[in-house]
Amino acid sequence: MTRARIRAIFAVPVLAALGVFLFWGLAGVPDFGGFHGRYGTIINHRATPERHTTNAVTAVVFDYRGVDTLGEEFILFAAVVGVVLLLRKGDEGEPPTAPVRSEQVRLVGAVMVGVAFLIGLWVIAFGFVTPGGGFQGGVVVAGALLLVFLTAGYRPWQRLAKERALDPLEGLGVGSFVAIGLAGLIASGPFLHNFIASGRTGTLASGGTMPLLNWATALAVAAANVVLYAEFLEHYVAPIFAKEPR
Amino acid sequence: MSYLAYAVAGWICLVGLYGAITSRNLIHLALCLTVTQSSTYVLLLSIGYRRGGGAPIFKGTVVGTRSVDPIVQALTLTDVVVSVTVVGLILALALDVHTKTGTADPEKIAEMSG
Repeated sequence: MTRARIRAIFAVPVLAALGVFLFWGLAGVPDFGGFHGRYGTIINHRATPERHTTNAVTAVVFDYRGVDTLGEEFILFAAVVGVVLLLRKGDEGEPPTAPVRSEQVRLVGAVMVGVAFLIGLWVIAFGFVTPGGGFQGGVVVAGALLLVFLTAGYRPWQRLAKERALDPLEGLGVGSFVAIGLAGLIASGPFLHNFIASGRTGTLASGGTMPLLNWATALAVAAANVVLYAEFLEHYVAPIFAKEPR
Repeated sequence: MSYLAYAVAGWICLVGLYGAITSRNLIHLALCLTVTQSSTYVLLLSIGYRRGGGAPIFKGTVVGTRSVDPIVQALTLTDVVVSVTVVGLILALALDVHTKTGTADPEKIAEMSG
């Protein structure tokens, strides 16, 4: 019997016991659809009158539970720093040349990059008015930039995703979140306090510090994802392309 | 009474753990971890659901319209994005292990076999 087989046999009773406790616990939570949590209900009722934002979820992320989000951003930052430490070798080496030869692919790519980038910016910009926000939009923006690699090749991607530009941008995103929090501390007492006037409900000029934190987060998330793509592409995909006949 | 959504969450959690225990490949292990993690998203979102409730976004609807819980959605959305970078870190570690030992099977790596 292989060790993996033995493990599987041991795993079943242990997981079954865990499952019994898990389902026993879950049987005690409110019936599906019958949730009556006060906290969420209060925020649903108070977010718009108080902060002039129409998206209660974003109000939670960037205002009522902003410190939570700061913690999440630190996790993001630490993970990216870890990846860079592990994968970045320092020597750039000869950049592989593997241009995408199909004109059609390049054309579709040019359109897709533009459209996806715009959608990303839109998701970020209106994140506190309609569904969206810095986290979601940041990922879309990073994905749009990755399309450059897929449709134009590695060289144009490399020119776009420069370490020298990305690292400060990542730091700027996380750093400005902290800076806005400290500004709240200085202006009105609590850390991350929403100290800017709330503006007009339903417009981009609403939510006080929320738009600023939203853009800071978007920058941090987008830069983090592009750094990840760049490091993995450099170490894994680049050698494959380098071997291809010119 | 409907507990199907919770049962799905529990099932995803157990399946992910089973995969992690019996994993023979570090990349597979990382993906099993994300499966386990996503069970928390299913659980959070299904706990926050209110029957007949819309999205907690009040653009076009009146404030006070019956809507689902915004807190669990906020927790989920930040974690979905952040967990991707954490998986990136785990995959980078797996890549590093592979270049150092030449294998991605935890059984074959002396430092990891327990």
